[in-house]
Amino acid sequence: MFGRQPVGLAFVSPYVVFLVMIFAYPLGLAVWMSFHDYFFAAPGVAVDRPFVGFDNYTAVLGDPAVRRAFLNILIFLVINVPLTVVLSLILASALNAAIPFRTFFRVSFYVPYLTASVAVVGVWLFLFNSDGLVNKVLGPLAPEPSWLVNTGLAMPVVAIYVTWKQLGFFILLYLAALQNVPKELYEAAAVDGASRSRAFRSVTVPGVRPATTLVVLLATITGANLFTEPYLLTGGGGPNGTSTSPVLLMYQRGIEQGEPGVAAAIGMVLVIGVLAVSLVNRRLLERD
Amino acid sequence: MKRTVAPLLLAITLAASTAACGDSGTSAADAAVKRGPIKIWYSNNPEELAWGQAMVAAWNTAHPDQQVTAEEIPAGKTSEETIGAAITAGTAPCLVFNTAPAAVPQFQKQGGLVALDEFPGARDYIEQRTGERATQYVSPDDKYYQLPWKSNPVVIFYNKKAFAAAGIDPERPPLATHAEFLDTARKVVKGGGAQFAILPAPSAEFFQSWFDFYPMFAAETGGRQLVEQGRAQFAGDEGRRVAQLWRTLYDEGLAGREKYNGDAFADGKAAMSVVGPWAISVYGDKVEWGAVPVPTSQRTPASEIHTFSDAKNVAMYSACTNRATAWDLMKFATSNEQDGALLAGTGQMPMRTGLPKAYPDYFASHPNYTGFADLAERTVEVPNVPNSIAIWQTVRDAYSSSVIFGKSDPTTALDEAASKVDQLAGQR
Repeated sequence: MFGRQPVGLAFVSPYVVFLVMIFAYPLGLAVWMSFHDYFFAAPGVAVDRPFVGFDNYTAVLGDPAVRRAFLNILIFLVINVPLTVVLSLILASALNAAIPFRTFFRVSFYVPYLTASVAVVGVWLFLFNSDGLVNKVLGPLAPEPSWLVNTGLAMPVVAIYVTWKQLGFFILLYLAALQNVPKELYEAAAVDGASRSRAFRSVTVPGVRPATTLVVLLATITGANLFTEPYLLTGGGGPNGTSTSPVLLMYQRGIEQGEPGVAAAIGMVLVIGVLAVSLVNRRLLERD
Repeated sequence: MKRTVAPLLLAITLAASTAACGDSGTSAADAAVKRGPIKIWYSNNPEELAWGQAMVAAWNTAHPDQQVTAEEIPAGKTSEETIGAAITAGTAPCLVFNTAPAAVPQFQKQGGLVALDEFPGARDYIEQRTGERATQYVSPDDKYYQLPWKSNPVVIFYNKKAFAAAGIDPERPPLATHAEFLDTARKVVKGGGAQFAILPAPSAEFFQSWFDFYPMFAAETGGRQLVEQGRAQFAGDEGRRVAQLWRTLYDEGLAGREKYNGDAFADGKAAMSVVGPWAISVYGDKVEWGAVPVPTSQRTPASEIHTFSDAKNVAMYSACTNRATAWDLMKFATSNEQDGALLAGTGQMPMRTGLPKAYPDYFASHPNYTGFADLAERTVEVPNVPNSIAIWQTVRDAYSSSVIFGKSDPTTALDEAASKVDQLAGQR
């Protein structure tokens, strides 16, 4: 019944318990909540949480604010994910080479990732507000309305901010992957007369493909969970809801407005969307 | 094997969760007459903290067998979220001296609050202390789940230096009507008094309307709430006039569409601000300020102007097992003596009728607060209706879109929001 190595159960059980408590149980509860008129109640209070079928999903999909939030996150991902992959791979390659102050640069790119978002957002507010440094440098070319209150620019600014903030982590992933690309391949490419850019395209890029798959997946998942940046940088998803993310809406509906069932339905739609996008990404990136 | 282990672990997890969520076993009827130690939470601003600590010390000295442990409300994005989470976890204290009226319907729905009516004489106590205003705090089931505690009647503060620089009389600025307000706003910006005439937070949080639209709506309607008898009130002529005033301010750049990263009034970025009496100690000598009531379209006499209360109340939470002590402490903390100490220590207005007569010495020595005491009698509260927060978010979204960002017509946006609000207010 317990297999050939029963002691193995003891070794894996802490992780299984962890998975059940932290992942499986909350996910299952969220699915259950999304099909009920759920609300949080005090312990011991008898409350009615009737089954409502797909009502929460119908409400969510018919809500223009929710549809807008999903469009916003799509805009975010279209900017953030490719930018993250390209910049982190180029910078990792540069930092992998024998350049002066290499350690200093490696640390510099990693610092924003480690710094609390609240603190960094403050700096970006000073950079991108109407009287900020960016507009002062741009002078008459500064956009009107300014970046963070411009319906067309707010989400791209958030996407660029997140790209910059997370870059250090993804550079680290690529740096690790670059250690596994055999030096002989570069030597062979050089013997064949390949330029540095050709070697990058034909040796480095294919050599780090598994890392690229990971970077794309992680960037997609963390991007889809966007919350702090629109909450702080654009004053709660402004202007006029153009930087609201699905998770910010979940917070508003579930915690502020006491509709966890609706919030759970938004969450489930998001999970399905992220799974679908991740699956497509994986298929595209892992094919030979 | 897989089929055995997974359900077993799930069962253990669920059993542990259920056990952790069990109640203490004390019935509500028992708790209502029980006395003993209790825990309370209060706000973390220094003035209220000092008052709270002194109040608790006085109580503990007089009641050694019913000691009160007081803590600041644990940090969270908002106090309401922290309290809501504590209700769900069963860890809420007996009393919170910082309960937002807008959150009361939700806390009540969660089963987190105790109806104060279950204590003998509670209803009379509340209504005698607060007067007619107390009716605004009655829940739809005709019970009090909160004790009206203190208000911060909202007015317009203006920067006298900025007004003088723009050629506006700083002692008697024309700000009584919408037209005067607009004209003065134009002059102060054009005259270089400040970059913006006024800069309320243009962000989308549900509570921001309490500091731009709602005070002026309360004044314009002569004291009407956002929702009355289950129907939205803000889409009528009065609401439209207020929305149009703000739309003009935004369209002409007299109010800013971008959130200022600091205190715009203190920093001289804006010449006016929508504030309560707390602002007197905050701005003190930093800004040479003056205060006027919020404007109306038809020059309402100052003695008849209503405004938003910005009140915080005391509520008793259902996790409390020594509720008789908690109710006694509520009365003690809102006694004539403690209200006086709160007024003297914080400048906030206890929700007690006839404040100027109750504390003549204080108002004689603090004349700046007299106007607030008068205004405190005519404060308008957020409506105590189901889905209160969702209603405010609906209003804010419509206001943001149509008034702040000018993406739609305010009349249409208010009408659409009113339809949604009618539905939300009608739900249970």
